Amino acid sequence: MPDKVEYPVQLVQPDGRRVLDREHAALVADVGPELLRKMYEDMVVTRRIDTEATALQRQGQLGLWAPLLGQEATQVGSAHALYPDDYVFCSYREAAVAYCRGVNPSEITRLWRGVAHSCWDPSAVNMTNPNIIVGSQGLHATGYAYAAHLDGAEIATIAYFGDGASSQGDIAEALGFASSWSAPVVFLCQNNHWAISEPVRVQSQTPIVRRAYGYGIPGVQVDGNDALAVLAVTRQAVARARSGGGPSFIEAITYRMGPHTTADDPTRYRSSAETEQWARRDPIDRLRRLLERESLFDSSFQRSVADRADEVARQVRTSTIEMPDPGPMDLFEHVYAAPHALITEERRAYAEYLAGDPSEAAARPEGVPS
Amino acid sequence: MITTFAGALNTGLRRALEDDPKVILMGEDIGRLGGVFRVTDALQKDFGNNRVVDTPLAESGIVGTAFGMALRGYRPVCEIQFDGFVYPAFDQIVSHVAKIHYRTQGKVHAPITIRIPFGGGIGSVEHHSESPEAYFAHTAGLRVMTPSTPADAYSMIRQAIALDDPVIFFEPKRRYWDKADVDFVALDRDGGLPADRARVCATGTDATIVAYGGTVATALSAAKIAGEEGHSLEVIDLRSLSPIDFDTIAESVAKTGRLVITHEAPVFAGLGAEIAARITERCFYYLEAPVLRVGGFDIPYPPAKLEKFHLPDPDRILAAVDRTLAA
Ligand SMILES: Cc1ncc(C[n+]2csc(CCOP(=O)(O)OP(=O)(O)O)c2C)c(N)n1
Repeated sequence: MPDKVEYPVQLVQPDGRRVLDREHAALVADVGPELLRKMYEDMVVTRRIDTEATALQRQGQLGLWAPLLGQEATQVGSAHALYPDDYVFCSYREAAVAYCRGVNPSEITRLWRGVAHSCWDPSAVNMTNPNIIVGSQGLHATGYAYAAHLDGAEIATIAYFGDGASSQGDIAEALGFASSWSAPVVFLCQNNHWAISEPVRVQSQTPIVRRAYGYGIPGVQVDGNDALAVLAVTRQAVARARSGGGPSFIEAITYRMGPHTTADDPTRYRSSAETEQWARRDPIDRLRRLLERESLFDSSFQRSVADRADEVARQVRTSTIEMPDPGPMDLFEHVYAAPHALITEERRAYAEYLAGDPSEAAARPEGVPS
Repeated sequence: MITTFAGALNTGLRRALEDDPKVILMGEDIGRLGGVFRVTDALQKDFGNNRVVDTPLAESGIVGTAFGMALRGYRPVCEIQFDGFVYPAFDQIVSHVAKIHYRTQGKVHAPITIRIPFGGGIGSVEHHSESPEAYFAHTAGLRVMTPSTPADAYSMIRQAIALDDPVIFFEPKRRYWDKADVDFVALDRDGGLPADRARVCATGTDATIVAYGGTVATALSAAKIAGEEGHSLEVIDLRSLSPIDFDTIAESVAKTGRLVITHEAPVFAGLGAEIAARITERCFYYLEAPVLRVGGFDIPYPPAKLEKFHLPDPDRILAAVDRTLAA
């Protein structure tokens, strides 16, 4: 993988024409109609998941949601480069990656509804739950990758994070460790231009990928709104990891079309002209244009994609609304793996309190006989 | 003037920027956005981006560079976006900011204010509702404050910035939108109640409730309900968590003979334990009942749908009051 930043890798232009790039086109030479259409479907479906979740938040069914609108190509393209036994460390915006990993759409909103701190079972899909502390997953991925290497497992581990996260010490330390250990980890920075209200220039005066070079880690910049290009460079990095070649860094240049989260108001910090300019580079439109040019897009395909999107959206909606609220005693579940005296005592006292014996229960000192 | 808690802080920060060119605000999203809670709204527009600085997304970086600036005579006011994000800066705070005065035998000080929106009650996701005050109160060299009213927000942020010691300034985020009439002119004239003093915010004779930050209003509602039931509760807002104004608490307990402490943080090894121990030492012969604590459970802060059970509410406080009165 060359140290190439001047020209982000692109294989499909915004109007759907292919780009001649021998090196990277070779990485996706085998990609035929089926996979192209599958990626298109996944992008449309995940956009629907995203719109549905945003609507659910507006209707008071979710406490918060972090939209991925505009980042579908980076997420779906990279996810299709991964094998089932690879392991994914994500931040909080990777619902499309989760969907492509096979996460049941009914599980995607659990954390955002506030019924639990988790969504799906990580070991079922080899992907962590959303991670809120920005950047920390870079170290976790590096540790996981190193452990896999020690085990002799030939897999790749990938860490998704944002341009803002690239400023965190944890990411810098992760690059250092990954390089030192030659850990089979792929760092995928989704440069969506904004860290809440801060433009990417607050984080870095040089392309973010250059940071990796300083650690001796090869990296590449890719057009993050081009699913095929993202697939290509991620395949390359994953192959490198799986064959013992060590860490790689991908900077995917994309754009967050929506607010940071449903609690954010982007009109306070960015212009609609900027957003409109990026809307013209919409990743779904781009893949559709490619499919159209190559006569792979017809009305029956379009209908089947729309049906799938409707079905998944319905699943997300019903499962969210039907998620039961946890009960008060759930507070004390899973704090420790083994019994713990303090929790046992607190659980008992709180149960008594709830049972309506307030003069006795609330916090009777431990060891004092009742 | 009628203002919100966030608005009062905004005015306090504005005055501090006006009064002292060495005051500088730094943090994530504090500029054009005005912070995620709008506490720094319009300050960058009025003071420029050298005085109100949007930093890279790195908390250790924010506090570590503020420390360096302080060594050069600046008075940085750092914003940590949410309580749960202060941990990456923990080393800078406890190893460097807190200790420099001691390490240099008083030759160097670090007049840094670290503002942290803290506590729950706003239905947020993980890491957005923590009460980490005990970690900081446990660290010598730091002062820890938390206002609970708009007027205190204004006068205490100004006192914090003016202090030559580092201050961890906890802002109870569920109070940001509370409104009150604040007499800024009077506060500017007399400075307000010194930040290291507790305030008796309801007087009573049967039992004392000590609260701070987000739970002060909860304690006041409990006192109101108790009043309707014929029990007279005294409520103390601690305001300063390090140092703690034990005199005010002791004076109250000498009168009431009963003490309940409430905070959102987990009870085990929390500030309530310190207060209980000190007051037991000082007021042993006045106490009619053991000192009780009503706090968060000893669990990670739970998901939003469970926080109503976890946070002390008037009922749980009153249950403790009943127990202390029955003793
Ligand atoms: C350690 C830490 N600091 C601050 C935050 C608050 N915060 C959440 S997301 C965010 C911006 C992240 O930007 P970026 O890394 O570019 O990812 P994006 O949200 O754009 O996907 C901030 C400041 C946090 N979650 N964790």
